[in-house]
Amino acid sequence: MARAAVSKESRASTPRVSIIDCDIHNAVPGLEALFPYLPERWQRHARTIGVRGRTALARGYDYPKGTVDACRVDAWPASGPPGSDLGLMQRQHLDPLNITIGVLNCLFKVGAQLNHEWEAALAQAVNDWQVAEWLDKEPRLRASIVIPYEHPEAAAQEMRRAARLHRGFVQALILVRTREPLGRPQYRPIFETASELGLPVALHFGAIGGNAVTPCGWPSFYLEEHTGMSLAFQAQLVSLVLEGVFERFSQVKVVLVEGGFAWIPPLLWRMDQHWRRLCGETPYLRLAPSDYVRMNVALTTQPMEEPGDPSHLLDVLEMMAEGPKLMFATDYPHWDFDAPDRAFPVQIPDDVRTRIYETNAREIYRL
Amino acid sequence: MVRYEQGMPVVDADVHVAVPGIAALYPYLPDHWRDYLVESGVRTLEVNTYPRGCNLSARPEARPDDPSLPPGSTLEQLRTQLLEPWNVQAAIIHCDYGVHLLHNEDLAVAMARALNDWLADEWLSRDPRLHGSMTVCADRPEPAVAEIERLAGRPEFVQLALPVRSPQPYGKRLYWPIYEAAERHGLVVAIYAGGGSGNPITAVGWPSLYLEDYVSFTQAFQAQLLSLVAEGVFLKYPKLNVVFIESGFTWIPSTMWRLDKNWRGLRREVPWLDRLPSETIRERLRVTIQPLNAPAQTLDRVLDHLGGEAMLLFSTDYPHWQFDEPADAWPQALEAASLDRVLRETAIATYGLDRRPRRAAGV
Repeated sequence: MARAAVSKESRASTPRVSIIDCDIHNAVPGLEALFPYLPERWQRHARTIGVRGRTALARGYDYPKGTVDACRVDAWPASGPPGSDLGLMQRQHLDPLNITIGVLNCLFKVGAQLNHEWEAALAQAVNDWQVAEWLDKEPRLRASIVIPYEHPEAAAQEMRRAARLHRGFVQALILVRTREPLGRPQYRPIFETASELGLPVALHFGAIGGNAVTPCGWPSFYLEEHTGMSLAFQAQLVSLVLEGVFERFSQVKVVLVEGGFAWIPPLLWRMDQHWRRLCGETPYLRLAPSDYVRMNVALTTQPMEEPGDPSHLLDVLEMMAEGPKLMFATDYPHWDFDAPDRAFPVQIPDDVRTRIYETNAREIYRL
Repeated sequence: MVRYEQGMPVVDADVHVAVPGIAALYPYLPDHWRDYLVESGVRTLEVNTYPRGCNLSARPEARPDDPSLPPGSTLEQLRTQLLEPWNVQAAIIHCDYGVHLLHNEDLAVAMARALNDWLADEWLSRDPRLHGSMTVCADRPEPAVAEIERLAGRPEFVQLALPVRSPQPYGKRLYWPIYEAAERHGLVVAIYAGGGSGNPITAVGWPSLYLEDYVSFTQAFQAQLLSLVAEGVFLKYPKLNVVFIESGFTWIPSTMWRLDKNWRGLRREVPWLDRLPSETIRERLRVTIQPLNAPAQTLDRVLDHLGGEAMLLFSTDYPHWQFDEPADAWPQALEAASLDRVLRETAIATYGLDRRPRRAAGV
């Protein structure tokens, strides 16, 4: 969907850089694929009850997507859903786009389960499946640890287990629309463990956490739901910063994946301004809110920001020059995929480009 | 460059007044409801959007000497602290009293009516510089429209004010009769920082802090803007003016970019939108300038992204404490040519202040 404002010539002259793709989706083809990794009790559960979260639809979406399962029409393998076939991913994505390292974010509905024990069993199974089917088979891939994040003690336990299990796990994954804001104390074990293990925590687009998807209730259209996803990212950032998560765990990195980034400067200005007037409520914060964001937060670029005047994107990059860091992502195989050579609608300076396409991710993920 | 200086004539599009105590509304209520309030022990419907003691809630000088009174509850203080020093030619005043938060529809509607009559008697009729916002219970569109019809002939009311936190997004069709009535009577629909008691202020639940609540109001404004645009309210009611009050405006460019991009990809879902959402937003949305929410040195960039100053209405947000010095009330990045427009002209056009017989001499 990215609309390139630069000419073919200037694109061609862009130096070929090594690309780290911070958001690729591998898909569990179906619950049966997890049976080898599930104890008998939970296999039975899978066959009888199955996945059950905070939406009443048995499958599918209450905001129908723009394409089938929100995927590229050319990304469907011979069998199974897009993202379920490593061979196709290699042929269609990793090889031709020169992806040196790709970070898998498996969006299987782990954190959305109502049954906490089932959720924990499922997280283990998905992570074991990721090791066997992806990390062990393709050295360019890294993966996110899926965790039962609404059950933070179990989530912390799974983070420890998975981190020991395979070095390819580079972060823990939470879907951004949680039950409560992540700065609230009950989620602390997740950040405490992330800090202990040196693992970033990624918040990715999606999920139904049980709250209306906007502060004003349920909108009508996927157009609004998709556009409004950044509201959840904004809320999480405000909560993490103002409730002191980065003050308490100063080493923790949080990566916001697929939430856009042009809203960052105005949100930081607003947080700083009102914090200055109201800082009496947060005596534990030693720095201005924007300082924590600059030090502890990174964001992925997809879906790219596309101002009507592409030069305005340069303004945004300049406003973010001191952080938070940006990291390139494609979102393969989803419909709003950003191609590495066409993602930015304007020519960006080479040094900025190298940081976004490679070095920022190397630092954040210690690659 | 001509800079703003306090004393230049202004229209202030965001001024808050407060009910001094619930008894002030008794004369405007039927006996039944007055007795009900007393017997049920309803002592106040003050909202918690602005905790009394909190320093954002009132500028230091705006705190009344009588601690039992909320800031913004006396006309005398409003005159000496705002209207006179700021040379306010016209002020759009609004009283956020929690009448719309009551679940008893009959009571809520009676209280909204009383609040409007009190505002007219105690404020609007006592100073011709003051222009009022009607309170209606928007979630009950039928009585809301009846209230608009009841007050529509009174030129001292220039808008209806809806709290940004609502049970459903304001683009939804259940609200359309309200917009139809507002458009027909030339009333602005204003959405202000307030409301609640239903959905949490974030899409991920209730935050712990008041500071988070206040910062997060912009999320609710974003959701309302997406809804008004996506559902086609601006196209259905081409003469309706919408004003966001105390919303901040620095979040608008990035919201427009994202909405334009997604409209390109998903417009099959909203086939009535026949142009870029940002065009509609720039043409039809007006926002008050406080809180500024940007460092002085970046405001020129933000205004460029916004498409200029045409959307902006001067405001002080009195008595809320948003800025320290009067000069800070104004985005210094604006060029001299924009001064008159933002200080007065856009507001006069938006509210039709020059067409209202009662006020014609005032502005």
